[in-house]
Amino acid sequence: MSLGQTVASDRQLARLLQIGVVLEEMVEASAHHHVRKRDAELDEPVAALLEEAATESARHRERLEALIAELDADSVAYEEIQTLVEAQYAAADEFDDVLYDQLCNEETAYKFYDDLLGALGATDDETTDAVSTGEASATVLADETAISVDRDRLVATLREIRAEEADGVETVTDMMERRA
Amino acid sequence: MNTADQYLKAIYLIQEVEDGPASTGDVADALEVSPASANEMIGKLENRGLAAHEKYKGVDLTDEGIVRARDALSNYCIIERFLANVLEVEAFRVEARSLEAVIDDTVAERLDRLIDRSEQCPDCFDADTDACALLDLEEVGAD
Repeated sequence: MSLGQTVASDRQLARLLQIGVVLEEMVEASAHHHVRKRDAELDEPVAALLEEAATESARHRERLEALIAELDADSVAYEEIQTLVEAQYAAADEFDDVLYDQLCNEETAYKFYDDLLGALGATDDETTDAVSTGEASATVLADETAISVDRDRLVATLREIRAEEADGVETVTDMMERRA
Repeated sequence: MNTADQYLKAIYLIQEVEDGPASTGDVADALEVSPASANEMIGKLENRGLAAHEKYKGVDLTDEGIVRARDALSNYCIIERFLANVLEVEAFRVEARSLEAVIDDTVAERLDRLIDRSEQCPDCFDADTDACALLDLEEVGAD
């Protein structure tokens, strides 16, 4: 068992980025599912928000895939995740509220990138690389020599994606509040 | 999964095997930390009402500690099964251990949507072999 959050190898980083890709693919697949299956009941702002979320996730996915390719690993085919997401919706008797579902997607993605940045020793916007040993985030600076991808570029990419996920959470929350 | 949850999960699994309190040494071994570190965290868990420690006997989880440990174990099982079934990772057990600290409950819950997990989970986790008894290597394709 590996105690504390660390990224210590290309393999581990690639695996984490693959999980990021899957989370993005889930956003895309969910958004497309809702737009396709519930077209009649979705009003224009919600449909537009879902379309935008799907487009943004596809963009995030491509950026993650570029990093994964540098690590000499494979990504996860969108079609595979789409099939699993569709199966999950088909099996569910009740759907979550569309906006709530979207909020969960955005929050999950944000949390994932935030934790990943923490594991890379880049929790804040300053590249202090401080080593903290708190109980909730036993962060240890990732071993740069063990990771072949350029760390600064990796961190910058993840921070940009995280910021867009944070914006996404805010957008959905605002829309939910206006409709409450 | 934060450090406290990793400790709770480790203590829970040791208690399953021992059918009694977990020794600090066993906890330290399971987490690959020093006995001093294990002692310190066990003290924190005790202060939070998640564990009870008795000198020369070991540590017992409280009811609240057991609930949290089982949640942590479920999240670990999600990671294992996700790696095996979705990413088709052959060494899913080894990799799950290296990833569990970085995968939060929220993320695990989302990944759970993509896998078929038994209703028995986490009771299907075999503490003796430190692996899910239902997740067989034969199910997994080549990495």
